[in-house]
Amino acid sequence: MRSLTIDQVAGAFFAAFSLLVLWETRKIPFGFLAEPGPGAMPAFLAFTLLVCSIAVIIGGRSGKRAAAVQWTEWRHAVFILGTCAFMALALERLGFRVTIFIALLTLVSILEKKGWLAGVVFAGCFSFGTYFLFNALLHVPLPKGPFGL
Amino acid sequence: MVEILNNLSLGFATALAPDVLVYAFVGCLVGTLVGVLPGVGPLAGISLLLPVTFGLNATSAIVLLAGIYYGAMYGGSTTSILMRIPGEAASVMTCIDGYAMTQKGRAGAALAIAAVGSFVAGTLSIVALMLLAPPLAEFALRFGPPEHFALLVLGLLVLAYMTSGPITRSLTMAALGLLLGMVGMDTMTGLFRFEYGLAELGDGIGIVPVAVGLFGISEILLSAGRATKVDVRAPRLRELLPNREEWRRSAGPIGRGTVLGFLIGIIPGPGHIISSFVSYSIERRLSKTPERFGQGAIEGVAGPESANNAATSGALVPMLALGLPSGAVPAIMLAAMMIHGIAPGPLLIQEQPAMFWGVIASMYVGNAVLLVLNLPMVGVFVNVLRVPYPYLYPSLLAFATLGVYAVNNSVVDVWIMAGAGVVGYVLRKLDFEIAPIILGLVLAPMLELNFRQALAMSAGSYSIFFTRPITTVMLLVALVLLLLGMRSVFTRAAGPGLVTRG
Repeated sequence: MRSLTIDQVAGAFFAAFSLLVLWETRKIPFGFLAEPGPGAMPAFLAFTLLVCSIAVIIGGRSGKRAAAVQWTEWRHAVFILGTCAFMALALERLGFRVTIFIALLTLVSILEKKGWLAGVVFAGCFSFGTYFLFNALLHVPLPKGPFGL
Repeated sequence: MVEILNNLSLGFATALAPDVLVYAFVGCLVGTLVGVLPGVGPLAGISLLLPVTFGLNATSAIVLLAGIYYGAMYGGSTTSILMRIPGEAASVMTCIDGYAMTQKGRAGAALAIAAVGSFVAGTLSIVALMLLAPPLAEFALRFGPPEHFALLVLGLLVLAYMTSGPITRSLTMAALGLLLGMVGMDTMTGLFRFEYGLAELGDGIGIVPVAVGLFGISEILLSAGRATKVDVRAPRLRELLPNREEWRRSAGPIGRGTVLGFLIGIIPGPGHIISSFVSYSIERRLSKTPERFGQGAIEGVAGPESANNAATSGALVPMLALGLPSGAVPAIMLAAMMIHGIAPGPLLIQEQPAMFWGVIASMYVGNAVLLVLNLPMVGVFVNVLRVPYPYLYPSLLAFATLGVYAVNNSVVDVWIMAGAGVVGYVLRKLDFEIAPIILGLVLAPMLELNFRQALAMSAGSYSIFFTRPITTVMLLVALVLLLLGMRSVFTRAAGPGLVTRG
């Protein structure tokens, strides 16, 4: 059996998403057609998304196969996204400098295998340098962690 | 005309203020660097650098972003010519003949013509922008909510029609962006929608984290793990002068590229990319020796480079005059204006003349800065490519996190950025055009407000959209575009048999 096309997979996903939004809009007052309430436009847009998704599925029957998409960089991508998640979790707990230092050190030394010394020097210069530039010079408030770091 | 000159002098008074001048210079410099780096195009560059502007006043912020925008357009040509690496999509056509000229030892001439063509096109198109935007804004003052609604619908439809791929894909992306724009407080009733108890979502999903995620983070994810070893060779300063024949051959393409680029730039869509492709094919068609194209024809550098720079100014016409962004970059600039409390649209020129004319004047300054900056410093810019990618992308990632967090001091925005990064990464892997998402997100509140206000004006009658001439015409054009776009979709769906019969 031939695999589904990109448009069929994406269209099905967006159709499911639009149905979910339509389901969620039931909690918001729709109003009337002549006097739309706060729920009318989201419902209309979700319906539009549903129609477009179905059109994408119908129009994409002969397109590129989803199985043919190469995800060669997925390991790097997952690692980088994990670093993003770490930064979101740690930023207000560990402070800007410590969080960025750990994130950069991880990316440079572990993911890119550039060595620990290079990683420490780069991460240290970047995290403390940008903190000084933005916090001290441009007065952008950045979070501090334990020990005032 | 006298009024325009008076206004322009007011603009130059703003643009030549030392701080604004510094921001124009920094914008051009950073923009050129952004343009030189492959992958980090104007869109990702502006998205990543947008948060830096929050500490600035509105004029400085827009001047800085505009500088990055047209600086990136200039910078993209350098690596195209020297290394056959297009810094951004609009420079793809420059690669063909620009690199062929490099191989023939005429890299300096190609760089010089690209810079001069960009300068001429940039400057002339700013004159056109200056002449066209005020009357267009004045005309748009007649617009009420129904006209604004129709204009927004038309803008989205034109963008969906112009972007690559089937219109249904672009419309899906636009609808997704519009839906994201529905999150947060309803401006007419004060009711919260889709905020799920998160106070940070009360004001809606921020444009900055979505833009940085969709364009910046997705770019980092897409290029993760790639090997980057480039052979960097830059011409010397004395090699930069084109000969008389090269100047003669370039004059026409620069003129045609300017007009073409400006006109295409006004139309919603990736005008800077389309204009460079169209310009290249026109120059090839007009040439008496088309066989030279691909072998180092200087017209193939002069035309596309002029066209993509002229399109940059053209794209700012609807953004400044109507408050309607014609693509993702103007949409992000529009968002920056809104963040700074500037209401984009027809009233901008009347209410913020110093800002409007300051931005216009700064463009003249920026173009001159770029000409002076680009040629003598070409060697320096090219050396940016020597920065190893394993150090470059972690810096961009940390910088993006810093910028996104700094907008509202909220980690929710960092999560949104990461989420948008995943969405952008997957959609780009699947060849979806993501620009309509950001446009939808920016336009959603305006679209809804104008729609509901129009119905309130007509006591609930939908006839208001079909009885006012401007509204009717715009909606009809939108409908025609929709039908034209759908026709190809249905033809594809019907299978090859119908196509051959049709």
